[in-house]
Amino acid sequence: MSTMDRREFVAALGGGLTVLLSVDVRALLAEPDQGRGYPADLNAYLRIGEDGRVTLFTGKIEMGQGVNTSLAQMLADELDVPLASIDPVMGDTDVCPSDMGTFGSMTIRFFGPPLRRAGAEARNALVELAAEKLGLPAERLDTRNGYVFDRQNAAVRTSYGELVKGQKLVRRVVTAVSPEAVAEHDVCNRPAPRIDARLKVTGAARYAGDIRRPGMQYAAVLRPPAHGATMRSVDTSAAESVAGARVLRDGDLVAVLHALPDAAAQALARVKAEWDIPAAAVTDRTIFEHLQQELPRAQSLAERGSVDAAAPGALKVAEARYLNHYVAHAPIETHTALAQVEPEKVTVWVSTQTPFSARDEIARALVVAPEKVRVVTPFVGGGFGGKTYNLQAVQAARLAKLAGVPVQVCWPRRDEFFHDRFRPAAVVRVRSGLDASGRLALWDFETLYAGTNGAEPIYEVPNVRVMARGGWQGNSPRQPLAVGPWRAPAANTNVFAVESQIDRMATAAGADPVSFRLAHLADERARRVLRMAAERFGGSFAPAPSGRGIGVAVCNEVGAFDAAIAQVQVDRATGRVQVQRIVCVQDMGEIINPHGAELQVEGCLTMGLGYALAEQVRFEGGRVVDENFDTYQLPRFSWVPQLEVVLVDNPGLAPQGGGESAIPLVGAVVANAIHDACGARLTELPMTPARVREAIERGG
Amino acid sequence: MNQRIRFTLNGQTAEVDTDPARSLLWVLRTDLGLTGTKFGCGEGHCGACTVLVNGQATESCSLPVGRAAGAEVTTIEGLAQGAQLHPVQLAFMEHDALQCGFCTPGMILRATALLRRDPDPTPEAIVAGLEGHLCRCGTHVRVIAAVRTAARALQGGAQ
Ligand code: FES
Ligand code: FES
Repeated sequence: MSTMDRREFVAALGGGLTVLLSVDVRALLAEPDQGRGYPADLNAYLRIGEDGRVTLFTGKIEMGQGVNTSLAQMLADELDVPLASIDPVMGDTDVCPSDMGTFGSMTIRFFGPPLRRAGAEARNALVELAAEKLGLPAERLDTRNGYVFDRQNAAVRTSYGELVKGQKLVRRVVTAVSPEAVAEHDVCNRPAPRIDARLKVTGAARYAGDIRRPGMQYAAVLRPPAHGATMRSVDTSAAESVAGARVLRDGDLVAVLHALPDAAAQALARVKAEWDIPAAAVTDRTIFEHLQQELPRAQSLAERGSVDAAAPGALKVAEARYLNHYVAHAPIETHTALAQVEPEKVTVWVSTQTPFSARDEIARALVVAPEKVRVVTPFVGGGFGGKTYNLQAVQAARLAKLAGVPVQVCWPRRDEFFHDRFRPAAVVRVRSGLDASGRLALWDFETLYAGTNGAEPIYEVPNVRVMARGGWQGNSPRQPLAVGPWRAPAANTNVFAVESQIDRMATAAGADPVSFRLAHLADERARRVLRMAAERFGGSFAPAPSGRGIGVAVCNEVGAFDAAIAQVQVDRATGRVQVQRIVCVQDMGEIINPHGAELQVEGCLTMGLGYALAEQVRFEGGRVVDENFDTYQLPRFSWVPQLEVVLVDNPGLAPQGGGESAIPLVGAVVANAIHDACGARLTELPMTPARVREAIERGG
Repeated sequence: MNQRIRFTLNGQTAEVDTDPARSLLWVLRTDLGLTGTKFGCGEGHCGACTVLVNGQATESCSLPVGRAAGAEVTTIEGLAQGAQLHPVQLAFMEHDALQCGFCTPGMILRATALLRRDPDPTPEAIVAGLEGHLCRCGTHVRVIAAVRTAARALQGGAQ
């Protein structure tokens, strides 16, 4: 097979421009929230104040992904109000529509449609109110900038604020209303700067740890030295003698309270506890053998043809085992909560991705009805899936109840590492082979403990078997550490395996990595992102290893298609890898805020460098060895390559997820680029200098 | 042993009566009520708590408040001149060089100190200057662009 012909791209793309598709309004209206139970009453989503300001209510939270801005854009278009007049209220369980949480890139995909519908209905109701007030037929009226006006004489108008006078809107329309077509938008589909930017550059943005209540105290909570440890004895007398300190104990919960957080932490250091610690059976060095000793039940994800029948006749059959260690979420804001317990109401400010489950967890712990608990979610300082569990909120609530004053819990960094529910350590086995013409004939894939996303190949193969065993949901007794969702759960691990193995097959077929993939991709969206990435990257592609250090990867995650091409430099002596450039093309359907979407892709690519190159949680039995950023390395400024993000213009498709679909590419695209640079095939994440050196010495 | 410690905080005199060994970070956040300075790691590894002490970017989690006595301390709340934001703040907004925003105050103050020392930094100098600052959201390329924009604005005298 030859290297990809450059002219083919140009022809396909009309000179490299993105293709504008026609709008399919039905796609926007289909299945608004996929049974997520969002309320039908528009007043659940918005309130128009007498001053004309619009409050947008959502159970989603803002942790950096920018949905406060993009949801406001969606509502601004439907209501015909300026973006700046919208104030989002997010994650407040007393006033926002109930929501399962902010994860899985679902905010725009699933909350967006009912919000748009509510906005469209509200606009209709406003027009009807105005028709009555102005004595004009509704058909003669139009809306703009928060006003209803007479089309024949725009001076005859009335503002939304005057119309509703702060009251709830009564929906008068009986006929169904449709949200605006994409072509009618003048706020959506245009770059909007973040609406929280000013608050965040001035230090005025409030996070859970910034909330103050009169009389509040700060808690430092005792934690076991290892998971599975049981307390034998505890002596709190030295801590109690610290001026202003108060020791509280409630079963397994031991904490020191103080009016100063640092004083509480110092007093906690004086608590002498003795623990029984189970012997360290598993460590990060033995984890993979341990995981494979006893397999959970297999779930079949795909089965076509027969891999067993095809295997004997297949050529260049390659088998590989891909490994991935535990990875931490490590948001810069640690888990934080402030709880205030009053006789009739419990109020808890929580850094959380799941305010409604936090409410329920707190209610259970305090044995009160959930309606008595209000969870308020200020700005969240990063989540990535790690703030879907709310232990700190339960700790704060229990302590506040005992203490009789508001109590803040803000985990020190070592507690953040200790309590984290990591991206699971996982093993993927793949066997694949070609037919005589160099096409994929066989694909046998089994993923252990990663989860299912990204496991099914997006490539055309006649004989396929894809199985999953275990996953990140529900802790398996076999996993020595707690696991949970980590940005693009499962997909990071599975796409690393799929795209590495596809690359091996391309090499086996003597094909370049772009042509080989295109030859096996039927989906038009997948083909387009890959072609565009190749076009943007420029030049031609050659079979790997070409010595140039260029890698390719494609994936389909949360409804989006992404392709990345990266170039790396490998220092053969040290094994150090420097990623120099990444081109990433993403098709996420209609793009509400192109600017915000670009930031998310850049964020994914940058964050992904961490799990690709360095992040691995070390542990000895139940003891988490990494406790801070001195040993656990996050991506730094010097790691970051030139990033080029291209978003496909595809407004005919309803908005898809954009907050995580690019991150699964990073492990594979870097692994493939390393292979292209030096012929060494890395099969274990992270690809640390030691592992790269070892792979080079092994000779690929 | 408590001591009376005075310093200049965002242009005004601040006085606390506290243990001089306590970190400036918690004194700012708790005793003085300025919560824009963030706690990220507590051990000098992340840069979230960075403030200016006599114009030097300093990790406040690792500075005993006693050592700030008599110094001029600037936190993120004190960078703007009234309603007029500092060019570094404006550049961060212009480039959307922030997502969750938790690392942002520290980054902005580090960049401000960097530009005072080196008004026209190369991209390499910006990377080196910010290397100790972690951002989990991955805003790095935007931050570099923002610092370059701020450098131009400051050189052009734009205030
Ligand atoms: S909190 Fe001070 S450097 Fe991290
Ligand atoms: S913006 Fe979230 S840590 Fe930097």
